[in-house]
Amino acid sequence: MKFKLTFWRVVFIVIMGLGLYSAFIRFFYGLGAVSNMSDQFPWGLWIGFDLLCGVMLAAGGFCIVGAVYLFNVERLHSVVRPAVLTAFLGYVLFIVGLLFDLGRPWYIWHQLVYMNPRSVMFEVGVCVMSYTTVLFFEFLPNVLERFNLKTPIKWIKKVYAVLVVLGILLSTLHQSSLGSLYLIMPSKLHPFWYTPALPFLFFGSAIAVGLAMTIFESTQSAKAFGRHLELPVLVELGGALLVALWVNALLRFEDYFHRGLLGQIIKPSYEAYFLWLELMLAFVIPITMLSFKKVRLSPNGLYLASIFSLLGFITNRLNVSLTGFETYVGHHYVPKWTEFSVTLMIIAAGFALFGLAVKYLPIYPQEEHAVERRTQTQTRPVVATAVLGHAGD
Amino acid sequence: MSKALLYDATMCIGCKQCESACAQQNKLPYDDKVAAESTQSEHKFTVVLTKDDKFMRRLCMHCEHPACASVCPVGALHKTKEGPVVYDVWKCIGCRYCMVSCAFAQPKYEWHSLNPRVRKCIMCPDRVVAGKPTACAEICPTGATKFGERDDLIKEAQDRIRQNPSTYLPRIYGLTEVGGTSVFILSSMKVEEYGYPASAKIGDTPIPEYTGRVMEKIPDFIPVWTLALGGIYWVSHRREEVAAAEAQEKEKNGSAR
Repeated sequence: MKFKLTFWRVVFIVIMGLGLYSAFIRFFYGLGAVSNMSDQFPWGLWIGFDLLCGVMLAAGGFCIVGAVYLFNVERLHSVVRPAVLTAFLGYVLFIVGLLFDLGRPWYIWHQLVYMNPRSVMFEVGVCVMSYTTVLFFEFLPNVLERFNLKTPIKWIKKVYAVLVVLGILLSTLHQSSLGSLYLIMPSKLHPFWYTPALPFLFFGSAIAVGLAMTIFESTQSAKAFGRHLELPVLVELGGALLVALWVNALLRFEDYFHRGLLGQIIKPSYEAYFLWLELMLAFVIPITMLSFKKVRLSPNGLYLASIFSLLGFITNRLNVSLTGFETYVGHHYVPKWTEFSVTLMIIAAGFALFGLAVKYLPIYPQEEHAVERRTQTQTRPVVATAVLGHAGD
Repeated sequence: MSKALLYDATMCIGCKQCESACAQQNKLPYDDKVAAESTQSEHKFTVVLTKDDKFMRRLCMHCEHPACASVCPVGALHKTKEGPVVYDVWKCIGCRYCMVSCAFAQPKYEWHSLNPRVRKCIMCPDRVVAGKPTACAEICPTGATKFGERDDLIKEAQDRIRQNPSTYLPRIYGLTEVGGTSVFILSSMKVEEYGYPASAKIGDTPIPEYTGRVMEKIPDFIPVWTLALGGIYWVSHRREEVAAAEAQEKEKNGSAR
């Protein structure tokens, strides 16, 4: 296979190069040298994005597995494998990200030895470790099928019900607990984002994002790998997303209403601007878009609506973890470029690994026939060569 | 009996000997440059602040219900029965949740170390266990920082306010804040002016309760939710089985006919 330098490959190499440089600074000069974190801002971009958003963006795994295996929604069967792949990669990469953020990452195993059950962080840690293991077994059949190992697949199929239930239980726990992490800071976090409802809001947004992410990645894969797009599946997901967005929006409204903040949130202020941005992106724009049947039936409309809601919920979690503390601290936190570059490196690695997995593993099983047909008729060059090049798409 | 510190700002002369004794006790560098620093940091656990010729000391409050200890995933921080909130560095994984959770923003971090530690006043636990006062209390020339039994110090603080109501603001900072602390502050000026969080803002509820309310539900939630999920799985798949069996039966009947 000849290596061609395409635009996206150059971008990928640049991101990886800068990321490795930042990794060097991190592990040879310390957290202070690589980041703008400080005693005032002990948690920065890596917690706000890599942890909070990373775990949220990987929620598609449990949403789709739940829909298909728990509720038996057979129509969504074709997106189970990509959703599980995204979730598995997401969690593995999130753990990699955590190794950057922890001050003493080599002691990460202490979580399993010196347990403090009162700590939300402990619960998140144990759930994430266990759920990553569950995802590994949910993902494993892809690899086993590739090498035609039928017996272990049979074993996994036998316990699949247990994996499904365990996976959803663990996801419910840690997706909501990410919100509970912030319950400990009532005097620090701005009231726009500090609410006793945080665990519910985080769980709710994980479901909406899980659906949006599945729409996004299906469309993206279709574009990148020349796959045939299964519109009925996307339409179904789009409808579910609209419902999930409404539920989330109502939860938010109820929360502000009960805490008597409705008057405050419409008054212009530093925090209000960020809140408006978040609400526009997460709710107003995608709900308006998806309310039109024409949009709900068009692949591009669904794609755009899902991107808006993804950006909206990412903004929400960054507001909870960063914006909401700025008034308390009294100054702004802007991540250093090396912090961005580590995060970008992890995202780029995620795209590349996703591409490689799609290339070598039966992630889109029904596509196998399509590929066979293609190689038979030679109508199109093998799509797979483009895979690495689209890393970072 | 648990020990505590009483800091009386009206008796403080701003000599900063507590700062230097603290540095010595914790094997930290201390010179004129460090003395001039007016913020707490990983190399300065306590600081004497000056405002309008009046002084104020800041240090870890050693909460009765410390947030830092409750949030630590590996239990590296804990409250001893003698009063100090101490730190076991060998357990720490460096997640810095303690720093985020502390209402008094006391834990500081060795940001430039490759094996960083959380640093804060640990109330000289070795000395306290040995029955000695903390280094800062021992050196204080005016008795502004006083070490003793927690209950005795509360009584003494109340007496001082009663005897000199014109000197003191009528409150003991740390008595009820976040459920009570092991450091009490008497002053003629509001402690908030020196960066302490306002009592109204942090409240009297022990901080760990905010997450505890959620965490305590988890042991009940797990079996209930597992059963519910298992039930849904069974129902939705049972329906499938029944449908398959019915189809088979129909086919059989059809062929029999």
